[in-house]
Amino acid sequence: MIDPVALFLLLLSASTPILFAALGELVVERAGVLNLGVEGMMIVGALSGFAAAYHTGNPFLGFAAAAGAGALVALPFAILTQFLMSNQVASGLALTLFGLGLAALFGKPVEGVKAPAMISGPLGLNWIVWLGLLMVPAIWWFLNRSRAGLILRGVGENHDAAHALGYNVRRVRIAAIAFGGAMAGVGGAFISIATVLQWTEGMTAGAGWIALAIVVFSNWTAPGVLAGAWLFGGVTVLQLRLQAAGVRVPVQLLSMAPYLATIIVLVAISARQKLSRRAGGTAPGSLGQDFHALR
Amino acid sequence: MTDAAVFRARGIGKSYPGVRANDDVSFAVDPGEIHALLGENGAGKSTLVKMIYGLVRPDDGQMELNGQPHQPADPRAARAAGVAMVFQHFSLFDALTVAENIALGMENPPPRRDLSAKIAQVSQDFGLPLNPARRVATLSAGERQRVEIIRCILQNPRLLIMDEPTSVLTPQEAELLFATLRKLADGGTAILYISHKLEEIRTHCDRATILRGGRVVDSCDPRAHSARALAAMMVGGEMRPIDRSGRQAGEVLLQVKRLSQPAPTAEGTALKGVTLTLRAGEILGIGGVAGNGQDELLTALSGEIRSAPGTILLEGADLSRLGPEARRSAGLLAAPEDRLGHAAVPDFSLTDNTLLTAGARKGLVCKGLIDRPAARAYAEAIIRAFDVRTPGPGTAAKALSGGNLQKFVIGREVMQAPRVLVVNQPTWGVDAGAAAAVRQSLLDLARKGTGVIVISQDLDELLELSDRFCALNEGRLSDPLPTEGLTLDQIGLMLGGAHGMEVAHL
Repeated sequence: MIDPVALFLLLLSASTPILFAALGELVVERAGVLNLGVEGMMIVGALSGFAAAYHTGNPFLGFAAAAGAGALVALPFAILTQFLMSNQVASGLALTLFGLGLAALFGKPVEGVKAPAMISGPLGLNWIVWLGLLMVPAIWWFLNRSRAGLILRGVGENHDAAHALGYNVRRVRIAAIAFGGAMAGVGGAFISIATVLQWTEGMTAGAGWIALAIVVFSNWTAPGVLAGAWLFGGVTVLQLRLQAAGVRVPVQLLSMAPYLATIIVLVAISARQKLSRRAGGTAPGSLGQDFHALR
Repeated sequence: MTDAAVFRARGIGKSYPGVRANDDVSFAVDPGEIHALLGENGAGKSTLVKMIYGLVRPDDGQMELNGQPHQPADPRAARAAGVAMVFQHFSLFDALTVAENIALGMENPPPRRDLSAKIAQVSQDFGLPLNPARRVATLSAGERQRVEIIRCILQNPRLLIMDEPTSVLTPQEAELLFATLRKLADGGTAILYISHKLEEIRTHCDRATILRGGRVVDSCDPRAHSARALAAMMVGGEMRPIDRSGRQAGEVLLQVKRLSQPAPTAEGTALKGVTLTLRAGEILGIGGVAGNGQDELLTALSGEIRSAPGTILLEGADLSRLGPEARRSAGLLAAPEDRLGHAAVPDFSLTDNTLLTAGARKGLVCKGLIDRPAARAYAEAIIRAFDVRTPGPGTAAKALSGGNLQKFVIGREVMQAPRVLVVNQPTWGVDAGAAAAVRQSLLDLARKGTGVIVISQDLDELLELSDRFCALNEGRLSDPLPTEGLTLDQIGLMLGGAHGMEVAHL
């Protein structure tokens, strides 16, 4: 009835947008910044990527444009939170609303057109899927093995200490925010260029929020993000398959399943973390806190 | 010593809005010397070393390191020039390992395997045992400091700055630290040692520069002076000896009967059958090694955690099930150990902070509305009576130095004239002058008939203040003994169980 290999390949595709967005947000949060604007950056990436791909006829240029647009739209957030000391939660929410509105406004001309076809990579999977899978060890290596990653973690863990040691907290955080924006942009573009093949308003449909949840689920690790993305992608694919197979479960319930699974996992995780906060709590120490240096 | 100084400051000055933190500060540190920088909290010691370490830029004056002008733009430049610093509040990253923490403090760290080997080497050379792979969050205060020291040693500094390093250490750990410093100094490193602890400076330092109000008041050999003389230079006048006179125990005020409660947190301590009686005009001292139930006892008495009925009686009335506000109204007040975050809200002004505990007793709240002029007047009264050094009652609590904020939060309770006051660690991390003021205020309060419970880890303080002494040990409170004639040895035995030795039976 359901071929597990085919299901897994579908899962890989289905999980790619949130994998990109969550990996980006992982780096941002490890630097100590909570950016709730993932959804907004994704939708901006989805539109600009799609528009660039449509106009140039080259999907890869589309993804590059999406990364650029994602980083660019994250910059106001960076300026607001890093220089003007705005509240990160409020600024992030504003970024989401801003991105959704901006994309809806500029998306009108490309409504109803079709994306150019992409050449598949190995196993018939999109190259971007492979890129996403490659990003997992790459980001793991960056965070845990490289000097720059160590500094980034230091900034996120204790920004006062990092400052006292002479690291430029703002610069590190702005770079991280821009990177997170680029990753979210690529994730969004995957939906419009490679999955839906066209642009529709609000097409990210909450993927950014799931990505945020997955970062928490992952305990702020790259392999954990992959697991979370696969779990969510898997449930998404499974419910589509079950619907197609005519299982007598209400459609609404099945559509709800991925979100439900996310909530259940988050509750389980936070219950566990509450028990072992001292022993193994892993949220970055300065997450979401403003940094203000006395000079 | 006659050879050229490692570090020399000439006429350093620095102003912050409203404060002249440093003014015309000049001194020199020689190689191989442990040089003490002595001063009260707020005397400008921290600002001065921050300038040497490149965290703050001086407004005027020059600094020299090894004969070269020293104008670090940031700490990395200072480190490159040969300055290393161990911070008062450790600049460590809890979630990272020891090796990662050390790597972050170095300009060009070697690859991780070499670094681990180097850490092992240094920790052996200096007798500072440390496992590079451990997460800093799991280390004790003493071990954390070792991380910082090793981080400094690995840079082969010419000048090592230690900012109040022993305030978080046990006496044994402090001895170990001084042995390490002496070894470093013998190797030619100059050490600038910041502290307000007179005895350790007299024992371990070669020279002392004394700061008061941002200026150098004297430079001397600390061994040639008594602690009293140094204190006088530091505070600018003779220290008044503590006045214990004029008190006598009156009627029973507070009774705690078999107070037991489970540990409130995973790291907390359960209280087991705590029983005590407190009389009017009496000071009861409760000693013990940290983590033996001090916080839990304070929160149980203050009402933050409610206990079983009939366990806490104030003048016969059962307060066990009442919350903090109701207990305050009844006259039972408490000042917790953590002044910034528990006793005071860091971002609130002093005026707002008075409202947190004094709202009802001082009539600062009327029909649900805050009487702001009254609150400000009360804050001003505390500032005046307790000599709190601050621009005014509108200042945020976090902007005050530790000693000044401590005087303020103690003053806030004392001036409410409570029936019973419970304080935990009233002079922790506070300079000598402020500590004496806080202690005297507790004695004065008792003289007026208030019962005072002082929970402290400072045994000298307890012997100085209290009439009777009990030891808190794994949540159990010993029977009280009169302080008169009690020796430190006896007290050590009372506290003994905490160290895993045989529990003392008293």
